[in-house]
Amino acid sequence: MTGNAPPAVVAEGLTKRFGAFTAVDGLDLTIATGEVVGFIGPNGAGKSTTIRMLCGLLRPSAGRASVAGFDVGRQPEAVRAHIGYMSQKFSLYGDLTCRENLRFFGGIYRVPRPVMEERIRFAIAMAGLEGREDRLVSTLAGGWKQRLALGCAILHRPPVLFLDEPTSGVEPEARRRFWDLIHTLAAGGVTILVSTHYMDEAEYCNRIALIDAGRLVAMGSPGELRGLDLGGALFELGGVAAGAALAALREMPGVIEAAIFGDRLHVLVRDAATAERMGPFLKRRAVEPGALRPIAPSLEDVFVRLVARRSEEEEGGGA
Amino acid sequence: MFERLRAMLMKEFLELRRDRWAIFRLVVPLLIQVIVYGYAATFTVNRVSTAVLDLDRSQASRSLVSHFVATGRFDVVDVADRQEQITRDIDSGKAALAIIIHAGFAQYLYDGKTAPLLVVVDGTNSNTALIALGYVGQIVAQFQAEEMAKAWPAQSGAAPATVAVSLQERPWFNPGLEDRWFFIPGVLGTLTLVQVINLTSFAVVREREMGTLEQIMVSPIRPIEFILGKTLPFFLIGLADVVLVMGLGVWWFDVPFVGSPLVMLLGSSLFLLGALGLGLLVSTFSRTQQQAFALNFFLINPIFILSGFAFPIAAMPRVLQWTTFLNPLRYFLVVVRAVFLKGVGVAFLWPEFAAMTALGAGLLALSVLRFHKSLD
Repeated sequence: MTGNAPPAVVAEGLTKRFGAFTAVDGLDLTIATGEVVGFIGPNGAGKSTTIRMLCGLLRPSAGRASVAGFDVGRQPEAVRAHIGYMSQKFSLYGDLTCRENLRFFGGIYRVPRPVMEERIRFAIAMAGLEGREDRLVSTLAGGWKQRLALGCAILHRPPVLFLDEPTSGVEPEARRRFWDLIHTLAAGGVTILVSTHYMDEAEYCNRIALIDAGRLVAMGSPGELRGLDLGGALFELGGVAAGAALAALREMPGVIEAAIFGDRLHVLVRDAATAERMGPFLKRRAVEPGALRPIAPSLEDVFVRLVARRSEEEEGGGA
Repeated sequence: MFERLRAMLMKEFLELRRDRWAIFRLVVPLLIQVIVYGYAATFTVNRVSTAVLDLDRSQASRSLVSHFVATGRFDVVDVADRQEQITRDIDSGKAALAIIIHAGFAQYLYDGKTAPLLVVVDGTNSNTALIALGYVGQIVAQFQAEEMAKAWPAQSGAAPATVAVSLQERPWFNPGLEDRWFFIPGVLGTLTLVQVINLTSFAVVREREMGTLEQIMVSPIRPIEFILGKTLPFFLIGLADVVLVMGLGVWWFDVPFVGSPLVMLLGSSLFLLGALGLGLLVSTFSRTQQQAFALNFFLINPIFILSGFAFPIAAMPRVLQWTTFLNPLRYFLVVVRAVFLKGVGVAFLWPEFAAMTALGAGLLALSVLRFHKSLD
């Protein structure tokens, strides 16, 4: 990241409007060569739209972007030759075998004939599909399909990979394995932008871009993001009737935010004094207070807070 | 260019081969439709159910009725005594046609006056009615000629009051006016068009639905390479359709093929450009296969009606006649019928060939442009 290599992906003021709806709104983004960047945000935040613009599948309404040194708007063909892409939806041919799919994508990427078989062998080994080369893709389980799709996307050795929620609907074991592959590729110098809505996967990334309502809300390493100032202190409240406690705390002065995490509550308070008043407050509201302890914010806490703060600002600005 | 095209074609071939029912779906419906058309589509009307009311009961009136029966076109289902019975026969549908011979028919005939003969036709099926009336006219004319010959034998020298003009019909290229000769070449164009539009539009929309279109478009492949790879197989299938229907028409239905197979091949190829263009155009307007189905449905019937397949273009309102100029099937039907029955070549058919080329190029260009846009 500190080298002189030009950034693999640059977006400046990237915007996409569909009619009156702005899906991506002035997004700025820089990804260094060899980075694994996680694209995190709620559904409809604009993750897929951004990735599709960077791939040249959608024309930006405004702003510009370059990928692998090529301008997305002016040199789309060069961009396409230097990227691999896995769409949100599984999109290989189910009525072809693994090998036939690989050969097809190798063909349309013009992988040179002499290295084709070797690349296919590599992809099959990478995906762990040995012995299943001649199975119809429609008969494969989810994890294998995803790894095969990744194999198809890297046959032409692209320096930049865009993976749009590659692990959605895949079992945890297979997800883990998929991330191992991502890191193997990154170690080989491939730059990867991967969108996900699994928080645990965010931790596997070098950096995370948090996007909400088409805007970049925060960007940084997982550690940096966890260290962000949330504007208060975070406490965990356990052993309570979560629903009743949540309703009560949302009305308590000094509480910035409360959210349910499993059978516990995470409560963000303005100061330690508010935390001390919490027990008596809940009692007055006929809720049995449980154990309260200060905790360090997780990535999820940070995202929930940042997204909430952004929409509060939005409403404040609008009023 | 050729590597990517080769990859596309290879993939299409594999998918087609893996689809066990493909050959069945491609061939059987086509065969069945040609056979149904060959046997069922005919404008000839036979055995019209006929009621007869003979109030004259003369030799002449009986002779007239037997003239009708002798042609085989008419089946006497009821011999009535009263007018009411005739009305009931027509109302109930028992008879489609009624011959009413008034009293004094023979007398008038021999006096050289106009002999009254009433023919009632059930007009609810105007097509059958018109055709049956045509036969009636022919039969009555023949009857009249025979009776006149009897009344004024040639050697008597007494010339009849009217000058008889005999019309000799001699239809060229289809001397027997066989409906099949007219229909089978028409079916060839129509079925090929339907098959190719459907195959092309569904195949492209299916890739869009599956997401594979997006996966392909993110590669450096050029849209034209994708389109060629996608349409070339259907072009070949379309040509195979033409050959299949031609073979069936010539060897099964004995439709003469007097023209040149090469002219036919050229005409079919040009026609297929338009059909592929239409299919692609439909695919650019459709996100799902249901939408493509609805659009095809909307498109195919007007193309059929405005092609001159069954309804003469010259009889259409002027505005509709103009729209037929945009219809590739219109030109192809002219070519097919001409090559089949007249045996003419490019020297005569060049206007149709030129029109099909222009339409094909225009439709393909439009669909390629629309294809670029539809990816957005």
